[in-house]
Amino acid sequence: MAIDILMPALSPTMEEGTLTKWLKKVGDDVKSGDVLAEIETDKATMEIEAVDEGKLLEILVAEGTEGVKVNAVIARVGEEGETAAAKPAAAQAAPAEKPQPAAPASSTVPAAPVVKVEADPDLPAGTQYESKTVREALREAMAEEMRRDGDVFLMGEEVAEYQGAYKISQGLLDEFGAKRVIDTPITEHGFAGIGVGAAFAGLKPIVEFMTFNFAMQAIDQIINSAAKTLYMSGGQMGCPIVFRGPNGAAARVGAQHSQDYAAWYGMIPGLKVVMPYTAADAKGLLKAAIRDPNPVIFLENEVLYGHHFDVPKLDDYVLPIGKARIHKAGKDVTIVSFGMGMSYAIKAAEELAGLGIDAELIDLRTIRPMDIETVVNSVKKTGRCVTVEEGWPQGSVGSEIAYQIQANAFDYLDAPVGRITGKDVPMPYAANLEKLALPTVGDVIEAVRAVTYR
Amino acid sequence: MAVRPATEKRSRASAPTSATRKTGKISNPAINYQVAEFDKDDELKAYHDMLLIRRFEEKAGQLYGMGLIGGFCHLYIGQEAVVVGIQKALREGEDQVTTSYRDHGHMLACGMDPKGVMAELTGRQGGYSRGKGGSMHMFSREKQFFGGHGIVGAQVPIGAGLAFADKYRGTDNVSVVYFGDGAANQGQVYETFNMAQLWKLPVIFVIENNRYAMGTSVSRSSAQTDFAKRGESFNIPGEQVDGMDVRAVKAAADRAVEWARAGNGPYILEMQTYRYRGHSMSDPAKYRTKDEVQKMRDERDPIEQVRKRLVEKGWASEDDLKEIDKNVRAVVTEAADFASADAEPDPSELWTDILR
Repeated sequence: MAIDILMPALSPTMEEGTLTKWLKKVGDDVKSGDVLAEIETDKATMEIEAVDEGKLLEILVAEGTEGVKVNAVIARVGEEGETAAAKPAAAQAAPAEKPQPAAPASSTVPAAPVVKVEADPDLPAGTQYESKTVREALREAMAEEMRRDGDVFLMGEEVAEYQGAYKISQGLLDEFGAKRVIDTPITEHGFAGIGVGAAFAGLKPIVEFMTFNFAMQAIDQIINSAAKTLYMSGGQMGCPIVFRGPNGAAARVGAQHSQDYAAWYGMIPGLKVVMPYTAADAKGLLKAAIRDPNPVIFLENEVLYGHHFDVPKLDDYVLPIGKARIHKAGKDVTIVSFGMGMSYAIKAAEELAGLGIDAELIDLRTIRPMDIETVVNSVKKTGRCVTVEEGWPQGSVGSEIAYQIQANAFDYLDAPVGRITGKDVPMPYAANLEKLALPTVGDVIEAVRAVTYR
Repeated sequence: MAVRPATEKRSRASAPTSATRKTGKISNPAINYQVAEFDKDDELKAYHDMLLIRRFEEKAGQLYGMGLIGGFCHLYIGQEAVVVGIQKALREGEDQVTTSYRDHGHMLACGMDPKGVMAELTGRQGGYSRGKGGSMHMFSREKQFFGGHGIVGAQVPIGAGLAFADKYRGTDNVSVVYFGDGAANQGQVYETFNMAQLWKLPVIFVIENNRYAMGTSVSRSSAQTDFAKRGESFNIPGEQVDGMDVRAVKAAADRAVEWARAGNGPYILEMQTYRYRGHSMSDPAKYRTKDEVQKMRDERDPIEQVRKRLVEKGWASEDDLKEIDKNVRAVVTEAADFASADAEPDPSELWTDILR
């Protein structure tokens, strides 16, 4: 059976090329791997090799021909004695056009599915609270989950014998041993990748970054490996891993150690991104993150580690990822924040109350998936919104919220959305400049007054 | 950097003689060069498995030329003895495998279905990733094949992580990570070497030295071109292997697997191999001479070596071999037909598998 040799596509973008030279002539024997001809593409001159064996029966495009379309028949190979004319269509004959898949796919973009996130669980009547630091809450969350599931382990720099650079993992080595609380060398890229591999195998690693600034060394493993593999594998592979550690500005540590990654990770499909403010949320959400079958970025804050909050005294306090919390109800303006930003927002709301402005305060808690519904519903009530975060302005979380509000509550808005962020500069070291670079309570108050025209 | 003939004695392997932290002493692994004994069935299976990869890759190249396969497509032609030899030393379905984007051969060697692999190359719903991964991103949990990774070197810590899980769970499975001479210069590889040895992870690092990192030759990119020595400062034993002789690969893999399975930690195998085609389909490979490629094909071809032995020993006639070739072609043609006719993924697949 004669086989048609087609003009090949030799790059992802090639549509036509020049057949510069034939290296075989009619009548020549051809075997797999023989170079048949040279083709000039837009990028380079390439050789085309024979895949099948036989005699070169016919050359249909002379050398030197320009503009030969991809998939045009340029020659025929077949058995000796066979004529090209006798068998025009062969088993592998080139169709006139590129073969089409069985069912032509629709070009309409299907609507994104809407995932409903359950509300926070109702606390049993008479639930007691105890005052705990965020540090204690995080440690309890990890310890409880490690007791519950032997596949959960903690790895990171100084998490074991040093008891944690910020003492989050204090006592865990004693309770769980060196097999499950693992000191790593200072090699973020490498141990993040090892964590991802362990998660692919079904373990549930908690990878602690001493700070998220250092996770920049590992961001390829976080995004390209952890976040995308479920999709790239058609759902076969999962990556149940938590990357956690302090994020954002601490105090006087300069540009390379003071950065908020909420918006960075918040952009990536395949990740969940959590950034709690209170100790109760830190505990309930970290437990949820460890149980989550997806990669979760858990952004903590060094300044908040020592802050006290009331935490429900329950054996198993787990909160839903993806649900915002109304920190304080109000009617005049919606203030949306998360993580450390909440501390500015809360103080601002207190002072605004003195000015007669009743602010509704929303703690997003999760950056991705974002509970925009709660924000939009609030803005429909108040007609005004200010966002607060420490990160940079361009492409910030606040920018996304402002977009969502104008798309979903445009007719309800009585003023443009206000956005408070860190200044658009690397973090300076000098105390006075650092203060200027970060948002302040005053900034928030000013923005609220602007959107309320008061 | 010639790939040495199979009969040459090997003495450069750099098994550590110095003390290690944990044991205080590390025994010298068997480093003397030897080829594994292959009986008739072994030779016939190796011939079949390598031929399947070669014919599959040739067909993939053809489908790429027809525009049925898009984007990047990296062919494994010339390197077949490496995966086929290593796989013979593994426990299928238990030991794990990860590799780079030049992954079609590894998947076939792991026993993955050629139809599913080819349909992934054409981006169809019957592909291993339902058309959402492509040539560089395919997986099979059933066959313990953990990808197919598109970022040079990223699979190295991931493969060590799989070995970490084996150790954590107390199994005696091993994890094999393949990467190229190009990836061997990535920083995360050395981060991984350090932790793998520190924690005695059962991982075998197979460096497929095909002499070119895309278009840059080993001598132009590497200060230390003896890749078996790359683990020396971590006390990881390593050896250079004739990666064109499937028996030599098997023998080396047996040593490495035994070492790792026994709990001694990682092992490095530098496979001296050669890719006949360009780095990807759009690479004209102008950085080397045609003679270099032709010489390798004529003198060192991994499939031809087995074919010759089969004929010389009277284990297969030319007709027998033709029959094998015919059967392999039929499998590949079936895969190509399936991959051309299968439907593209349903548009609703756009939104699936992002989160669990």
